[in-house]
Amino acid sequence: MHIQIKKFYYGDIPEENTGGSGNTEKHTNELSWPLWEVFIRSKQGLDHKHAGSLRAADAEMAVENARDVYTRRQEGVSIWVVESKHVHASNPDDAEMFYEPASDKIYRHPTFYDLPDELKHM
Amino acid sequence: MSVIDLEKAFQDKIDKEIKIEPKDWMPEAYRKTNLRQISQHAHSEIVGMLPEGNWISRAPSLKRKAILIAKVQDEAGHGLYLYSAAETLGTSRDQMVEDLNSGKAKYSSIFNYPTLTWADMGAVGWLVDGAAILNQVMLCRTSYGPYARAMVRICKEESFHQRQGFESLLVLSKGSQAQRDMCQDAINRWWWPSLMMFGPKDSESTNSDQSIKWKIKRKTNDELRQQFVDMIVEQVKLLGMTLPDPNLKWNEARKHYDFGEINWEEFWNVVKGNGPCNKQRLAARNKAHDEGAWVRAAALAYAEKRKNRLKTKAA
Repeated sequence: MHIQIKKFYYGDIPEENTGGSGNTEKHTNELSWPLWEVFIRSKQGLDHKHAGSLRAADAEMAVENARDVYTRRQEGVSIWVVESKHVHASNPDDAEMFYEPASDKIYRHPTFYDLPDELKHM
Repeated sequence: MSVIDLEKAFQDKIDKEIKIEPKDWMPEAYRKTNLRQISQHAHSEIVGMLPEGNWISRAPSLKRKAILIAKVQDEAGHGLYLYSAAETLGTSRDQMVEDLNSGKAKYSSIFNYPTLTWADMGAVGWLVDGAAILNQVMLCRTSYGPYARAMVRICKEESFHQRQGFESLLVLSKGSQAQRDMCQDAINRWWWPSLMMFGPKDSESTNSDQSIKWKIKRKTNDELRQQFVDMIVEQVKLLGMTLPDPNLKWNEARKHYDFGEINWEEFWNVVKGNGPCNKQRLAARNKAHDEGAWVRAAALAYAEKRKNRLKTKAA
């Protein structure tokens, strides 16, 4: 399927219309800083939650950058960083098969059990 | 599944308001459009620091200086959220930075206008951030998950930008004649470029709008622009200032304000690189990037050295 997007909005100007040089020759062989995933605990008693990712040379810098990028307004009291390459994930293409075994076990939910109204504190 | 089935399943998901996540199958054009849009948005945040950074050392008070630094720091943060979102689509940060610095990638043309007086800081916050917010609020519901999440975060922070801008103009509007003149002059210069931020008119497009169908965007350029005009026309009254458009008039039938024709020749000229500050902005980005090269290399070398030292200790 070939779809051409002719319409453009703020922040979305097609490259053929920009008159840019298109020159990317100036390629340096500079090594990139690794990518890190950032997890933030917003307050004591809550889980760390994925906040986003960032680039940093090492773990210490990743924690400091995470503070500057993700907690400028006191959004956190604790930060975890994990290098993104260490995250293993389930495959969305297998989701149906992968999560299917749970779908027919409705007896795992309390609402499955029909009990008399007189029964209290349960 | 054939490509046609995959595309149908993809569109079904979009229609059911299920977000698309990085590892999900998506049409190549969807990936490319998002990548282009998110990276241009990220570049806009980064280049957007330049016109304001210009005034940090010249802010009229410590309070205004602290506010301006906080705002510029937010913009750096917004650029970083968006670069991360763009990276999930399979490009690298370095490639994006390189495309910006070479002039291949674009950023919002608004940042190619100069900030000539202190009142411009207010006008940029009120009008430019105001226009950006309308776009960004809509993008909080965009179909690509990482982009939508970045936008939610950005919108939370952005409202301070617009409010501080208006408040700063409000102070000027109550000041001396010279301050009031400066305020009006800034509004006069930023009004039309702000309207251009929403992009070409809807009627310029001949194709059916794929971005709307894919729910990358949920409103057209003209819809957003009209929303902006209606909003600003009311707000400017509180400043006791005027907008530089003799054709601005309430249209009772449309229940919207009519406004004059935008200078599209100017718009395309600035997009194509001939705006007042295009060259200056790119030069500033390239200079910063080049001069920072040794810092990036040193940080990596230090990280490597420490890693090796830990290894030796463990052995």
